[in-house]
Amino acid sequence: MTTAQLFAIAGAGIVAIGFYAQLARHNLIRKILGLNLMGSGVFLILVSLAGRGETPDSVPQAMVLTGLVVSVSATALALALVRRLHRESGRLDWVMPTPPPPELMSEDEESDDDSH
Amino acid sequence: MTTAIDVWILAGLVILPLAGACMVYALPRLNPGLGLITVVALACLSALLVIRVAIVGPYRHAVGSWGAPLGIDLHADGLSAVMIGMTGVVGLIISIYAVAYLRHTPRRAQEFFWPLWLFLWGSLNALFLSGDIFNMYVALELIGLGAVALAALGGSREALVAAIRYLLIALAASLIYLLGVALTYSRHGTVDWLLLSDITGSDPVTRIALALLMGGLLVKSAIWPLHVWLPPAHANAPAPVSAALSALVVKAGIYIMLRLWFWAFAGVTTVELGTVLAVLGTAAILWGSLMALRQARLKLLVAYSTVAQLGYIMLAFALTVGPPASRLAWEGGVYFIVAHACAKAAMFLAAGTILYSVGHDRIRDLAGIGQRLPMTFFAFALGGVSIMGLPPSGGFVAKWLLLNAALTSGQWWWMVVLVVGGLLSAAYLFRFGNRAMLRPKADLRTKPVPRLMEYSALALACLALLLGIFADQTLDLIDRVRPVTITLWEIAR
Repeated sequence: MTTAQLFAIAGAGIVAIGFYAQLARHNLIRKILGLNLMGSGVFLILVSLAGRGETPDSVPQAMVLTGLVVSVSATALALALVRRLHRESGRLDWVMPTPPPPELMSEDEESDDDSH
Repeated sequence: MTTAIDVWILAGLVILPLAGACMVYALPRLNPGLGLITVVALACLSALLVIRVAIVGPYRHAVGSWGAPLGIDLHADGLSAVMIGMTGVVGLIISIYAVAYLRHTPRRAQEFFWPLWLFLWGSLNALFLSGDIFNMYVALELIGLGAVALAALGGSREALVAAIRYLLIALAASLIYLLGVALTYSRHGTVDWLLLSDITGSDPVTRIALALLMGGLLVKSAIWPLHVWLPPAHANAPAPVSAALSALVVKAGIYIMLRLWFWAFAGVTTVELGTVLAVLGTAAILWGSLMALRQARLKLLVAYSTVAQLGYIMLAFALTVGPPASRLAWEGGVYFIVAHACAKAAMFLAAGTILYSVGHDRIRDLAGIGQRLPMTFFAFALGGVSIMGLPPSGGFVAKWLLLNAALTSGQWWWMVVLVVGGLLSAAYLFRFGNRAMLRPKADLRTKPVPRLMEYSALALACLALLLGIFADQTLDLIDRVRPVTITLWEIAR
């Protein structure tokens, strides 16, 4: 196994761990960390692509640099939103504030209809 | 021949909104004047691009003459022009509505709306002009950041949770998309969608790459069952934001899907894969419509209607078999995007006006709103005509093209989906329409609405209708550039 292959496999593993955190964790901070892990995994795969040939390929490296910038700004926005939510409601979880239950045509509504 | 002006149009479409966003953010006192000036200039630039593409055909510009593979290429063709034209017109009218709407919101909301909205607009333009699928990833992320921040603008707890969910789901989806980009590059050594269109056959790596790319985009464009983030995020945002999210932002993902399907992976896609997408679309139509029928709030009804309507565009992917059907499906899909953008923006603006005037949007308590806000209700209803696909609206032309495609390709079962979907949308729209037409109850209190808000919603609704009447001209522009798939077939047979 070459180093590049090792990197790629490790990257895939990290993506899987991050994705698992997305699905299985409810704490928002953990979810954000999971996203960062996923990102790192994808970047590792891209770096491994750059190291396949004799000379390093610059295109995937440029992609990683761009991706890092995007990932940092996205994390910042996510953290800002989570902080605001924590200040407003004291909670850090994924659960949607319960909306009013979906109402079907209720009896009340039917009885209104004779006001034609 | 392309001239220096064409290059400046391309660059301006991306630079102007970004520069405007910075200026508006730095000089909040000049709001909304400065924002509005930028928006008008942007709409003019968009119109110029549409005219230029219609005259000179598709063209490309290597930014800073770096060129591929390290540089960034901007590419404008018929599809880009249609999308940018749509963003220009719908965005301009939403902005005009926003001027009137934001006057009555907290100062902070107004200060943040304009920079974020211009930033979002710039990212959309950047996406529609991207020459490669990696820059599409970057633009998609920027669109996501702008859209999430705008969705959170209301500041309520519901809006915040909805925005965070939207952000986390969108980010995961973009990373999956990026993985697909990485695999594509590893196998084919390029991410330029025009160069990729030469690849044929399908090895496992390319297939996995396509699956990852499409999977990420299905989440981004809220296709069932990956739509759960959309209704709360769209329904809890301020009215102009809801309209922009539903009309323009979800189309970003769909646009990339079209690019991948008809260009980059034109040689790899199969009918079976298209059928899978169309089945998801069918589920979206049924599920979205049924959920829309059950909603107690008007804005949630409109949001679920978006989930349903996006399903129709997925049908186009199953119908790309053979030249005549493909062409109809392609035209129908693109037409649907544009018609839905106008109609849905009109409906969200009208719903926002009702919410503003009455103070709530509980459908049950809105009996008689049609009499109190006739122009707004008329705009909502006109938008509804296009959503239901009744003639002579844009929605009708789009569905007609898709029906024809289903007929020519011999896949009649998709016609059933189209018809049933139309009936369901009539059902959920009439559910609100009937109540709105009742005699107003004494306790229905409305406050006067700025005229600008009423007129702008109506303008969009009329546009959705005009799209049905001037279908030929619009289709001409869409046909300015045929997707690679269709050209290939036409040469082969």
